[in-house]
Amino acid sequence: MNSLSVEHMLGIKYLIKDDINLIFKTADNFKKIINQPIKKVPSLRDVTIANLFFENSTRTKLSFELAEKRLSADVINFSSASSSVKKGETLLDTVNNILAMKVDIVVMRHPNPGASVFLSRNIKAKIINAGDGTHEHPTQALLDSYSIREKYGIVEGKKIVIIGDILHSRVALSNIYCLKKLGADVGVCGPSTLMPKYLDSLGVKHFSNLNSALNWCDVANVLRIQLERQDVQLFPSLREYSNVYGINKNVLDNLNKNITIMHPGPINRGVELTSDVADSEHSIILDQVENGVAIRMAVLYLLSLKK
Amino acid sequence: MKNERQILSSSQLEITIKRLCQQLIESHSDFSETVLISLQPRGKHLLNNILAILSKEFNCKNISSGDLDISFYRDDLRTKQLPVIPEKMNMDVSTENKKVVLIDDVLFTGRSVRAAMDALMPFGRPKLIELLVLVDRRLSRHIPIQPNYVGKVVDVIDSERVIVNWGMNNVLIIKDNNE
Repeated sequence: MNSLSVEHMLGIKYLIKDDINLIFKTADNFKKIINQPIKKVPSLRDVTIANLFFENSTRTKLSFELAEKRLSADVINFSSASSSVKKGETLLDTVNNILAMKVDIVVMRHPNPGASVFLSRNIKAKIINAGDGTHEHPTQALLDSYSIREKYGIVEGKKIVIIGDILHSRVALSNIYCLKKLGADVGVCGPSTLMPKYLDSLGVKHFSNLNSALNWCDVANVLRIQLERQDVQLFPSLREYSNVYGINKNVLDNLNKNITIMHPGPINRGVELTSDVADSEHSIILDQVENGVAIRMAVLYLLSLKK
Repeated sequence: MKNERQILSSSQLEITIKRLCQQLIESHSDFSETVLISLQPRGKHLLNNILAILSKEFNCKNISSGDLDISFYRDDLRTKQLPVIPEKMNMDVSTENKKVVLIDDVLFTGRSVRAAMDALMPFGRPKLIELLVLVDRRLSRHIPIQPNYVGKVVDVIDSERVIVNWGMNNVLIIKDNNE
């Protein structure tokens, strides 16, 4: 297999296992390149990319922008806070106006689930979903699985537990799809009010007790509590959440094995993770960030080759 | 139907590679200032053969070498029919102030070599860059690139392909006959 089976990167749901492995193999090459003294290749010098961020982002936006620049693409940036969206322009109008400026690839983050799928059906450009509401965040899931592959050599058969707000997390959903496609065992852990109703149909284990989840897993992917997406209060207080589901050094020391800690960022230190865990040798959080650039370079490169 | 003709047999190929090794020794003596770099994927087989002969027959051991992947530097990435998927890059060498010999099996348009020179730059500023090829298709160049060491020069037309078959250890010219 030497080409992706999809035209757009809308979600992990639409990928097949071979796509994911091709992205990983290509990312291996880019990881070498971003560790060279000259961290740039001319592969996308004839490609223009628009980064459209209708929702706040630091890491993903910087990571995409860096990946694009490392590939020598021309980049334009847009964030809705300072744009005509505030004047009432529709998404389609905004994007069509940007495409009139001859853009080949659109990287979009949007608060509405399905926004990137909608866009892919209505405009002529390749779309990369950089997070659409509570739906999917494919490149984050790819870089998470890639980091597990880097740490253990293989993803298949590994036990990964995702801890926290599964209901509102696009990272959780994309991770579940990605890990399952690669043959991993996936569990989720968190208060039942933060678990989606369709959990059974995803084929994942559910733990309500943090200790039993951590004793089961090889890797714990810890998520942030997304207070901005909760319309009603789903647990009594952050302090109580932290007491029951927060991971600190004591919790890890009481396990009879070493597990790897991941976090997609941004970390709320003291809530889901304490600093001594986030900064410990078990944490691969900063490796995830580095791998993010390589994975996004691979996705951009492979999509740009599609006719 | 395919038309095949052999231009180098197994024994001729061995003699040719041995001669190339001797020419390398003439210019690079003990190879202490030299790095041999293959163009992935096909140059790697030639490099491995050269390293084996240099070590076995001429006692030149511990020569610095690397394998360069040029995929991301190609100028035909989005015009090619099939997507270019990168090969393994193995460049744990510095080329800073070294004499670099680029090694590939067939020199055709010269575009791969141009891409290779671009791809080489992140690893240091070489003192000089030379080019060694097993087969030079001398009438097919698109850009002004000439090899320093040549195994065999051939004159073939564009519809013919030159294949170095490392499994059988021979070199063939293949003409796809569609009539």
